[in-house]
Amino acid sequence: MTAVSNTVREPAIEVVGLTKRYPGGDAPVEAVRGIDLRVEAGQTYGFLGPNGAGKSTTIEMLCTIRNPTSGTARVAGFDVVRQRTEVRRRIGLVFQQQTLDQQLTAEQNLRFHADLYGLSRADADRRIGEVLEMVALTDRRRDPVLRFSGGMKRRLEIARGLVHAPQVLFLDEPTIGLDPQTRAAIWDYLRELRQRTEITVFVTTHYMDEAEHCDRIAIMDHGQVVVEDTPEALKSSVGTDRIALRTDDDELAIARIRERLGVEAGVHEGQVTLAVAEGAHVVPRLFTELDVHILAVTVTRPSLDDVFLTYTGRTIRDSEGPRPGAGRVGAR
Amino acid sequence: MSTDPTTTDRTATARPQPVPLTVVRSDLAHHARATWVVTRRELLRFRTDRARMASMLLQPLLFIFVMGVGLGSIVDTGGDLSFQTFLFPGVLATSVLFTAAFAGVSLVWDREFGFLREMMVAPISRASIIWGKCLGGAVVATGQSLVLLALVGTVGIPYDPVLLLELVGCLFLGSLFLTALGVLLSTRITTIQGAMPMLQLLITPMMFLSGSLFPLGGLPAWLSVVTRLNPLTYVVQPMRELVLGHLDLSAGERARLLPALTWAGWEVPVGVQLLTVAVITLALVGLAARLFARTE
Repeated sequence: MTAVSNTVREPAIEVVGLTKRYPGGDAPVEAVRGIDLRVEAGQTYGFLGPNGAGKSTTIEMLCTIRNPTSGTARVAGFDVVRQRTEVRRRIGLVFQQQTLDQQLTAEQNLRFHADLYGLSRADADRRIGEVLEMVALTDRRRDPVLRFSGGMKRRLEIARGLVHAPQVLFLDEPTIGLDPQTRAAIWDYLRELRQRTEITVFVTTHYMDEAEHCDRIAIMDHGQVVVEDTPEALKSSVGTDRIALRTDDDELAIARIRERLGVEAGVHEGQVTLAVAEGAHVVPRLFTELDVHILAVTVTRPSLDDVFLTYTGRTIRDSEGPRPGAGRVGAR
Repeated sequence: MSTDPTTTDRTATARPQPVPLTVVRSDLAHHARATWVVTRRELLRFRTDRARMASMLLQPLLFIFVMGVGLGSIVDTGGDLSFQTFLFPGVLATSVLFTAAFAGVSLVWDREFGFLREMMVAPISRASIIWGKCLGGAVVATGQSLVLLALVGTVGIPYDPVLLLELVGCLFLGSLFLTALGVLLSTRITTIQGAMPMLQLLITPMMFLSGSLFPLGGLPAWLSVVTRLNPLTYVVQPMRELVLGHLDLSAGERARLLPALTWAGWEVPVGVQLLTVAVITLALVGLAARLFARTE
């Protein structure tokens, strides 16, 4: 194949004015209302939003399963409508619902996938071995998928999405319904994957703590992208860090904080607490300028839950209803 | 592996850009290959499903021995020919009927269990998925009937390789037609609960009105018309003609057991009968592929 130029690289995903309207007789539904997105190659991009926000429709348009009503989308450099097959060759997909053939073994599922994508026998053998090893299922390769646990099936699906060496991997709620250990393991695989190859990962999730694994995040609501930035920038944009101190002289500490930092502090639950914009930058000054003995410091960053609340007016669980396994995020 | 959850420094130069491994050759070759991949899955699934395999191999035996012997005791063929021999071609056709039609409807299962999506997003055409399903089902159904064909000797039909090959050909065509029917149904009906009764409703009359179990002569005029509209008739009739052609029958016996199939007085040649099935099958597959592409 051709050498990859190291100059300005084409974005992995480029979306302009993408719109999807479902004809509904009297009340046509506008599921996606002219969104713009740009995902650079090699990034992990988080796509968040409540059900009905238009996430699934967007991902389906990007994966060439659904045609947009208007607007354009390019994935891996190809148009999702006019160059459908070219796009399909270059993307991997992990669906929200299970899409394995339960009757077949792990290896047969992967082999079928390799065949569907037209891999040569040698490429298929090599890739199947690699991806099975990556998700630690090598010793189960000859077992029927029927006997796999939910977490194993999910790992196998991720492996399958990678068999044909895609440039962009789409994951729709990859960790839904899985226990915390398995969720963590899946993010480990994804992280390892990003370190090995210049793959772009586009992932939707409900778990706000998982969004922290992403390089950038877009929050979608009512068919529109309401905000898009890095997790850090988004968290800074919604408010302040909270610093809690344990000292041997709280009175003096509060006085010094007012005097030297110009911030009002108070005592809550036996700790001196104050709100600042950038907690990490303030902590060193506390040690050098307070002249009191500091026993412990805690900095609490605003969580992505707070971000979501700020931009959509509700928490992600309010909009979804209770969800098993979704622990209170931020209380980590 | 890094355990640091924060964004690590990932410079683009350190990591290789994935290069797609997929090979898309000329269009027709690609379609053919994709079709074959889908077909092979059907075969693989059949092979791994022991219970399905066993029941489908035993079912035709039930037909020929239980039904043939049972009905044979009350039916008089009016000559030397045993009823089992007469019945045999019809049993062959009936044996592929259910297997093939159910194989076609398995598209509903694929959809329900999500596997269909895996095929839908692959760089292959919708038509090759449909063709793959149809061919796979037809091959499985035809393969199943080989068990029965191995037993032709027990009902007094000679082991003539040409006859056997011709029968396999007819069975394959019939299986393809029935699988296509099942697949077509699956493109419109999305639940298993809906598809199964509908399929039964379609294929049961087809089985009875194809001449598989009794000769089509001497039927009331309206029923006679229905049998001529039944595509399966044009599978059973040629097979019976092939089988009876290898036996010594008097002209009278032959006329009664195998009345000529006519369209408005014209005796339809075997070739035209088979061609009719082939054309209908192609139309069904084409229609299924079109509906499938539009709705999925």
